Amino acid sequence: MTQRSGDPVTTGQDVDTPLVALRGIAKRYGDLLANDGIDLAIRPGEIHALLGENGAGKSTLVKILYGVVEPTAGEIVWEGRPVAIGSPVEARRLGIGMVFQHFSLFDQLTVAENIAVALSGRESLRDMRRRLVEVSRAYGLGLEPDRAVWTLSAGERQRIEIVRCLLQDPKLIVLDEPTSVLTPQEADRLFETLERLAGEGRAILYISHKLEEVRRLCRTATVLRNGRVVATLDPRRRSAREIAALMVGSEVGEVKPHAGSGSGAEALAVRGLTLPAANPHEWTLKDIELAVRKGEVSGIAGIAGSGQSELFAALSGERLAPARDSVAIAGTDCGHIGIDGRRRLGAAFVPEERLGHAAVPTHRLSENALLSHHATGEVARGGVVALGPARRLAGSIVAALDVRTPSPDPQARQLSGGNLQKFVVGREIIRNPALLVVDQPTWGVDAGAARLIRQALVDLAAGGAAVLVISQDLDELFEISDRIAVIHRGEISEALPTAAWTREEIGLAMMGAAHAA
Amino acid sequence: MTTFEAILLTIVTASTPLLIAAIGELVAERAGVLNLGVEGMMAMGAACGFAAAIGFNSTAAGIAVGILAGTALAAIFAFAVLGLAANQVGSGLALTILGLGLSGLIGAPFVGARRDPIPHLHIPGLTDLPVIGRLFFGQDAFVYISLALVMAVVLFLARARSGLTLRAVGENHSSAHALGLPVLRTRLLAILFGGACAGLAGVYLSLVYTRFWSPGMTAGRGWIALALVVFAAWRPVYALAGAYLFGTATVLQLHAQAGQIGLPSQLLSAVPYVATILALVLLSVLRGRALGAPGALGAPFVPDR
Repeated sequence: MTQRSGDPVTTGQDVDTPLVALRGIAKRYGDLLANDGIDLAIRPGEIHALLGENGAGKSTLVKILYGVVEPTAGEIVWEGRPVAIGSPVEARRLGIGMVFQHFSLFDQLTVAENIAVALSGRESLRDMRRRLVEVSRAYGLGLEPDRAVWTLSAGERQRIEIVRCLLQDPKLIVLDEPTSVLTPQEADRLFETLERLAGEGRAILYISHKLEEVRRLCRTATVLRNGRVVATLDPRRRSAREIAALMVGSEVGEVKPHAGSGSGAEALAVRGLTLPAANPHEWTLKDIELAVRKGEVSGIAGIAGSGQSELFAALSGERLAPARDSVAIAGTDCGHIGIDGRRRLGAAFVPEERLGHAAVPTHRLSENALLSHHATGEVARGGVVALGPARRLAGSIVAALDVRTPSPDPQARQLSGGNLQKFVVGREIIRNPALLVVDQPTWGVDAGAARLIRQALVDLAAGGAAVLVISQDLDELFEISDRIAVIHRGEISEALPTAAWTREEIGLAMMGAAHAA
Repeated sequence: MTTFEAILLTIVTASTPLLIAAIGELVAERAGVLNLGVEGMMAMGAACGFAAAIGFNSTAAGIAVGILAGTALAAIFAFAVLGLAANQVGSGLALTILGLGLSGLIGAPFVGARRDPIPHLHIPGLTDLPVIGRLFFGQDAFVYISLALVMAVVLFLARARSGLTLRAVGENHSSAHALGLPVLRTRLLAILFGGACAGLAGVYLSLVYTRFWSPGMTAGRGWIALALVVFAAWRPVYALAGAYLFGTATVLQLHAQAGQIGLPSQLLSAVPYVATILALVLLSVLRGRALGAPGALGAPFVPDR
């Protein structure tokens, strides 16, 4: 890295000249206008936020800027010159660096290899490794060059992306939803790094839908909705509520809490559950103790990949427990019973993956309704599917959760993420379960759908059901949970009342720094 | 030459074509392309190579044409799976059927023809050493080329920048594309390399192993090469070990048949296949499921531009 910290990156540039200006950028996919005449200017040393809901066109715009996608219309002006960015290699040559939301990393390669693969230079792997260590040390981004990526946490993976970006000495760094998988502490470290980079004169385009961090970090924000710019503003001078309304296009209400105390009987009791990892990429569940009472929402926090999926599989019966009494639903030991048997005990389960796990993409909603109702409902008798009742069931789920569908009984893949998530959650809620276990209930859905789903979960608990929410979204857990436990490397902490946790404590517990007492 | 020495030499001859074909397929699979057409490409290499060697009365011409034939068939596959993003399993199976059929047509006029053995290395002194002399210093060029190929592929994958690109493309083509790596070009070259190797392995069969052409002479060796890649967990050195294990089993069962040990010959013919399957199962049980398979293996790639 030739750049010393503190040197201005741009030379001979007027500070008021934008580093990059987008003019009238449009991108059409068939009938869909993903971007519609977008104007955006970023100055050197500026941290510029790009705000918008899922599907507002942020990712498309970023892909255009990084040369991954070709715009249908519009021009990009870089340092005063119009440029055509035909590929990521050209983008990097101009000085644009990118930190992807879903990391563009290769699991089986080492940290150093992951970085080398993106650098087009002729530099040897050994020199690159030396620079990697220098840069990661200079910016406080600790990395071990020879670790395989699949062994690393999300925070460490993001550091790889950032270091990879910095080794190219970029003038503009684009970060796509960088904090979505980080603990609060990891996010704080990221913000420090970003402020330092901006101080060196690098421009940063910060894409997010989290208003609080944008208000903390950025002085300018461009708000997108339905592919158009609806406002360019200073986020510190507007309230979060006001900006949220701009993003969504209407006011987003808050979830009404219920006054339930959760003093009912234990609907789910997990005692000393130990389950070895099914493959080397999973965690072993160690001595899990967990109880969820009727009338309460219990939350499990944790960084992505801390054992949540393993726990969900053990609770739902997708994997059976070695001991039959290690999982009990409604007072019945069911560690040895599969998912259908557990459903018959009154439990319901919503897995994390909408497409492929909770729903079959190419099946109609009525057929997808069968997936979890076949054992308990009226939709299948003696091995024969009752189509009429299945359609009526799908119809009532659609009505109950306000699922927006393009046709009366569409295929699951035709629904947007938010609407499909409403459907798969609604499919379980409509059975009026005594216990609902849901993994990442609002992952990647828009604010409106997220609010509706959270309200439905709270209402279910208010009606006397026990609800267990496994989530990476701390805001969500603080909003709806009565108690929160933390999962880390397949081990679970004691569940404490939500009010007993601070964000700092919970962040530390998520990183495994001793279970908070 | 003792019987023991003779057995060792035949093992090398039986293993070499498997090794060459497997190493080519291994490179293609590390780039994320599953080409089930190895058998067909080998058959084409064997037929075209033999035809050219007879026609031009030149072993060198035979080798060149055999390699070209394998590469040409691979190019058809590449057009289908890269150009049209067709299903790789279906395209590969079709390629095998096409290759077997076409090779029968091309080879038909040459049934019954024979070629002389190709020259073997001879270093005075060294080659004449007892037991190891012929084994290490008296082989034909193919054997040394196959070993050099393994070394080259090991170095390429581990050290070369382009090897790193190839592994990245095979691991996650979406990320590779997002970083600006040439996914389709990398895969094209890997497929063509696989075809060239399969063609060379085929030439070896018709010009060295049998020294005549007969329809269906590949006898499932392409499929064995495919299995070896999995068996070797996509590592070239393991592929070398696997090829020689299979070659050893093949030769030993032939001698067992000749030795009249009282088992039906059909059962003995099955031994190498059973041994390979057992080794495969054993290894995957020991190592855990599918660990080491390239992440994007078999998935078609369509860039979103």
